Amino acid sequence: MALSLERLGKYDPKDPQKNRLTDLGPRHFWQYFPPVIQNNYGKWAYHDVLEPGVLVHVSETGEKVFTVRCGAARFMTVQHVREICEIADKYCDGYVRFTTRNNIEFLVDSEAKLDALKKDLQGRKFPGGSFKFPIGGTGAGVTNIVHTQGYIHCHTPATDASSMVKSIADALFEEFQGMNLPAKVRVSMACCLNMCGAVHCSDIALLGYHRKPPIIDHEVIDKVCEIPLAIAACPLGAISPDKTPEGGKTVKIKQDRCMFCGNCYTMCQALPLSDKEGDGVTILAGGKISNRISMPKFSKVVVPWLPNNFPRFPEVVENVKKILNAYAQGANKYERLGDWAERIGWEKFFEKTGLEFTEHLIDDYRLAYDTWRTSTQFKYTDAAWNVSKAAGGID
Amino acid sequence: MRIYSDEELNNYTEEELKNFKIKHDIPDLEELEKGPWPSFVSDAKQGALHRRKLADDRMLIDRDVIEDMLGQLQVSFDDGETHWKHGGIVGVFGYGGGVIGRYSDLPEKYPSIAHFHTVRVNQPASKFYNSDFLRTVCDMWEYRGSGMMNLHGSTGDLVLLGTTTEQLEPIFFELTHELGQDIGGSGSNLRTPSCCIGKARCEFACYDTQDLCYELTQYYQDELHRPAFPYKFKFKFDGCPNGCVASIARSDMSFIGTWRDDIRIDQDAVKGYIAGDFIPNAGAHAGRDWGKFDLQKEVLDLCPSKCMKYEDGVLTIDNAECVRCMHCINTMPRALKPGTDTGVSILLGAKAPILEGAQMATLIVPFMKAEAPYDNIKEFIEKVWEFWMEEGKNRERLGELMQRFGLPKFLEIMELPPAPHMVKTPRENPYVLWKEEDVPGGWTRDIKEYRTRHKR
Repeated sequence: MALSLERLGKYDPKDPQKNRLTDLGPRHFWQYFPPVIQNNYGKWAYHDVLEPGVLVHVSETGEKVFTVRCGAARFMTVQHVREICEIADKYCDGYVRFTTRNNIEFLVDSEAKLDALKKDLQGRKFPGGSFKFPIGGTGAGVTNIVHTQGYIHCHTPATDASSMVKSIADALFEEFQGMNLPAKVRVSMACCLNMCGAVHCSDIALLGYHRKPPIIDHEVIDKVCEIPLAIAACPLGAISPDKTPEGGKTVKIKQDRCMFCGNCYTMCQALPLSDKEGDGVTILAGGKISNRISMPKFSKVVVPWLPNNFPRFPEVVENVKKILNAYAQGANKYERLGDWAERIGWEKFFEKTGLEFTEHLIDDYRLAYDTWRTSTQFKYTDAAWNVSKAAGGID
Repeated sequence: MRIYSDEELNNYTEEELKNFKIKHDIPDLEELEKGPWPSFVSDAKQGALHRRKLADDRMLIDRDVIEDMLGQLQVSFDDGETHWKHGGIVGVFGYGGGVIGRYSDLPEKYPSIAHFHTVRVNQPASKFYNSDFLRTVCDMWEYRGSGMMNLHGSTGDLVLLGTTTEQLEPIFFELTHELGQDIGGSGSNLRTPSCCIGKARCEFACYDTQDLCYELTQYYQDELHRPAFPYKFKFKFDGCPNGCVASIARSDMSFIGTWRDDIRIDQDAVKGYIAGDFIPNAGAHAGRDWGKFDLQKEVLDLCPSKCMKYEDGVLTIDNAECVRCMHCINTMPRALKPGTDTGVSILLGAKAPILEGAQMATLIVPFMKAEAPYDNIKEFIEKVWEFWMEEGKNRERLGELMQRFGLPKFLEIMELPPAPHMVKTPRENPYVLWKEEDVPGGWTRDIKEYRTRHKR
């Protein structure tokens, strides 16, 4: 068996069904488990985080496995993967795994191997100076940022993913290598509100957002789109059928009803909406997945829009840090960001983070009423005094 | 199984890499080489240099593909807009998904990414690999693709980023014939299932997440490769309620490990935590001084159902009141363990916002045994699919269909009795639908008969 070097390999375009193998599925997982994992599968007794990025799991058999977790850019070239393989061969009998947040984990079965592995990983850098394999991402810190394709591969983004993630991860690097927070903080990023990934359920989430309605390409729309699908794609019913002056089929968009989600463009290429000045970043906060203490929560919009200031997104970085710092100072041990915000009240969240509260943050979609405050229970903040003043209640 | 020799893989020096400039001007991207976090730009540049120095006959798609990708990315930053054309329908014969077609809208300027399709490769459960497998994928992908990848896509696939239409069938042949490895899902079908690390390296795992993930992936290959559904459908498998693969938020059908007997308590280990011999939460908060471990404050008072007590040196749990949130177990992993009568809770309908708003999964089946060959789970899946495939509208996720029909109707179709655990609270409005057969006398009434008792 060998990889083919023929231009079309074993594929014969004249007889495409010949020798076709289908429905094989993935390779079976067992063959990729290191021996220590095979031997102790289902027998683990407990684990410890020895230091940021380093775990030990102890089996009922007494065997131990040490894990070194390293950050990764998720985007990687074959050259980088080959370097991962080289490290795996050198220290881990050729085995390596990746986490559900796209970190890399190297597993060894002794402390002697662990020390050599750590030292090697810490010494590897790209020529530009960034770490190739920074160790961290465990415990009560900030781990890798789950993210999307952005301008590298997608047609519907309102921002870029890899560059924003690199900028945020650089700014929060100490938190990746530390465990100084009240609880873990999951940061995630999506480049449009399809929210591929985890934006709707993360402690801090960054979301690409448009602010201009689509431009209608009347000339081609009836040739390239199935118009009813574009109409049905709108959550707010802003799109309806229309005729061009020449009598061709097209659509019209009630611009004041459009909230720029871009779903009609997903369905119809004649409705592009990306725009340099319009597009930017929304920040959400307070979501979680786990059932620990409180139930899972959705993230809430806390910053309606910040500019796409490529390549470093300074405004986004600054706002993320504001949220993280206020949380780190205010929350109790084990309290996730959303638990903290709910305990102190969102009015205090805005006061403590210094984020501005604008009308964009008040829900006005369908079940919006459930998010308004139908109670006299609130805390006084400057924002509350401003309302009292505006209403003529105080001087 | 290799294509490239070690000399070819190490065909550049550190010095060359340091001084390497790609063919396009990319000032913003070069700014992203600074800072401590691994730079995707630096990585891309080493891939680009490597390709530049390979012999002409050692790759089948343009050697400039990485440089052109970076060049177009810089232009996207300058313009504040993506430069990928809308959509793209490509694939391999026999399948209706697995490849995401993509074309540059600047093909004259960046000809090597005029075609830039993504191939989703179905990852092994919980993403363990050996270097032989990864190296073979790398060689094949450098030869027939861009050499750029994502490890991994959010759904779980190993993503091969950027190749031409011509190379899709040859890539598929190499994957299946040489690597024994299939592609993953895309489109209106069962997407690639994924799972947490489970029993491979976690003492909390309540069932064999890898095995169930693998079994269902294999069993439903047809549903994965040939779109037959109203829209996409995802499975995810979490070994416990900590949700390390986020199934409750990111899968239409979420399997979360749980138990129905008692939490196992090692009283000596509890004393060990109190004495400070063991560090709480396995040391997850070690970077800050939170004071001495306080069992009352850190565990008993935070228990959401307040069902724990510590008296006379003995920790007790009223397990009938426990909601299995994992907090006490997470905090004292040496002292507390899930029960031994384990299974899964099944929750349905999670999705991202489009169209009707984001949904987390709703608890439907509180407990189901999860043991090979998982016939009970397969029967349940197929019942849900039967309903959704028949009634689901075009591009309607299961969670939206459940909303449109209403949970009561959904339960009736699933032949499941309603139960309080399916709701956070009972309904607050009295707009209750009753069926005619449930009301004595039915709905057909005569106004004249009514008037005999009530004058107009």
